Amino acid sequence: MTTFSPQTQTAPRLPNNSSLPLYGMMAEFETPAQIMEAAKKVNAAGYRFWDCHVPFPVHGLDKAMGIKRTILPMLVFGAGMTGAIVGFCLQAFTNAASFSIWALVWVTGYPFLISGKPLMSVPAWIPIIFELTILLSALSAVGLMFLMNGLPRLSHPLLSNNRFRRATDDRFFIVIESRDPKFLRSKTEAFMKTLGAKHIEVVEDR
Amino acid sequence: MSNSSKGFIETDNTQQPTGSRAPLVLNMHKFGEVTHQVCRVAENRPPMAWYIAFVICLGMMGFLGFCVTYLIFTGVGVWGLNNPVMWAYDITNFVFWVGIGHAGTLISAILFLFRQKWRTGINRFAEAMTIFAVVCAGLFPGIHVGRVWLAYWLFPIPNSMEMWPQFRSPLLWDVFAVSTYFTVSLVFWYVGMIPDLATLRDRAKGRFQQFAYGLASIGWRGSMRHWHRYEVAYLLLAALATPLVLSVHSVVSFDFAVSQVPGWHTTIFPPYFVAGAIFSGFAMVVSLAVPARQLFGLKDLITMRHLDNMNKIILLTGCMVGYAYSMEFFIAWYSGAMYEKFAFVNRAFGQYWWAYWIMVSCNVITPQLFWFKAVRTSIPLMFILSIFVNVGMWFERFVIIVTSLANDFLPSSWDQFVPTWVDIGTMVGAFGLFGTLFLLFCRYLPMIAIAEVKAVMPEANPHPGHADGHHAGGHHGDDHGFPSGAVPALREPRSSEDSL
Repeated sequence: MTTFSPQTQTAPRLPNNSSLPLYGMMAEFETPAQIMEAAKKVNAAGYRFWDCHVPFPVHGLDKAMGIKRTILPMLVFGAGMTGAIVGFCLQAFTNAASFSIWALVWVTGYPFLISGKPLMSVPAWIPIIFELTILLSALSAVGLMFLMNGLPRLSHPLLSNNRFRRATDDRFFIVIESRDPKFLRSKTEAFMKTLGAKHIEVVEDR
Repeated sequence: MSNSSKGFIETDNTQQPTGSRAPLVLNMHKFGEVTHQVCRVAENRPPMAWYIAFVICLGMMGFLGFCVTYLIFTGVGVWGLNNPVMWAYDITNFVFWVGIGHAGTLISAILFLFRQKWRTGINRFAEAMTIFAVVCAGLFPGIHVGRVWLAYWLFPIPNSMEMWPQFRSPLLWDVFAVSTYFTVSLVFWYVGMIPDLATLRDRAKGRFQQFAYGLASIGWRGSMRHWHRYEVAYLLLAALATPLVLSVHSVVSFDFAVSQVPGWHTTIFPPYFVAGAIFSGFAMVVSLAVPARQLFGLKDLITMRHLDNMNKIILLTGCMVGYAYSMEFFIAWYSGAMYEKFAFVNRAFGQYWWAYWIMVSCNVITPQLFWFKAVRTSIPLMFILSIFVNVGMWFERFVIIVTSLANDFLPSSWDQFVPTWVDIGTMVGAFGLFGTLFLLFCRYLPMIAIAEVKAVMPEANPHPGHADGHHAGGHHGDDHGFPSGAVPALREPRSSEDSL
């Protein structure tokens, strides 16, 4: 475990005796206000592959980090419209069509005449069109959110770090990844020391 | 740190002086304390009462399994159904359980859209209650179809007969509404739980717990870039679940309202059913929250203010239900339709008069006691009243379904429904199924939305001294301290966003 604590701040570099490659550097903060200030600085310094890890969404931190608004709602709207169309076509085909289609299996429409109602009873189809719109929107909202976040993941370098366990409890972390074009071990370390973190640490890529 | 959760003393945080907000988390100022308070329930051995309740519920669930098996092997004749009463306990239980579920979605979705921050203390287990209630609800239409092995005919699955379901029927709308409702509620519940499952994963000591919670939390690591999309997705889910929950009980009410049976054929049914669903659901939340917060020491998170607010909603929806009962009667008279008039007079004074008056006294008279603050903030009273409301709402469905069918147009076809032991056993057993699932949830999953509760604590404000950074609450002397340090201990400044 390679660590750095404020007591040894005079040390020129964090020790990294391990042969493992570097994932990045991690700074630990104690309050939302501290990480907010630090995040603004990291963003202003021009880093791109960096992130804040917080136990709850800190109000306004995404803006401070310069995160652009996600396009998720537009995709979900598309999925919802798909659900509506599927709902309409499903009912129109199964209850009002007299032709067959090949859809996974060979299926035939069944013009369903009941109580003298018209075959295309669109008002009566609205509840199911509505339900399928909601169903597809909700599932796509969650599915696409996972996909865009790169989840699910069974392992991650950060999850192997013992100190990082408190990211889901009461600590706030900033991690700058080593793949960032601006990442330079000594410079990034010096920069992170200016952020006012409680603790700075090297994260190995394991 | 004084901790009220250890004793029986209740902290009264129901008062909210102008310009400040009552605290939603008592006696805790550190995020770690909230984590510990909630996680220890899942990490430690539960109290003895949990084991006793679990054994009882498991026994009831076993009896449900027996009753259902007996029904499937023998036929629906083992129930007290007859011609004309072809729907009775089965559909009563179905509507009852679907209705119970509605409060969970109301708390998780509608209160979220209205930015009612007090929802964070109760939303997790209210959502769990929704899922388990819908599981119970789904059981009944599944088994009442008679030939259970053909229940898949409800879905539009291509088959060799080239037959399709009849999409103009409200019964089929119900299949889609309830299954969509179950799916969306489950997804909503799970997504909300992921950050808290990650908390449990990171605290887990045992290898198995680490693996199980690790798998369930799908690699969540609190990344703000993830949170950003997560919050958008959560908002979308809330916005989608809101019309959905209103549609589900409306569609359930269409099962009745679209038919011609006097007593069912009324246009007031959709709003009346939705109000009744929320009414019964909140009563169930109170019935569960009161023992749960006591048993697991969660009084600092599910505070008196939460209970008081829920009792106010019970009062409001109880008044709506009472209005609907009287309006039904009025319209029955005003319509001039003799079958309709008879149906309603028969409900109140016919063979099932006792069921009707149980319903009225439990649903209309009981909640009126919640006008008094002393009742709203009394733990024993609110528990008893919430049970009354649950009983009353079960009888409401029984009255609507059975009295309307038993005495319809032709006196020659009238009959009386008498439940058999299988009817009663299935009903009681469903409570066992619900209880078993709920107790397992309390034992192994985060009962309270940890991340969400932290986010509504005054300490979560990234701009201390300002109210959410908008200056709406003004400065409080020390610009760098937390609001809680600068203003009287139990208050947090009101932000412009909160007042929505």
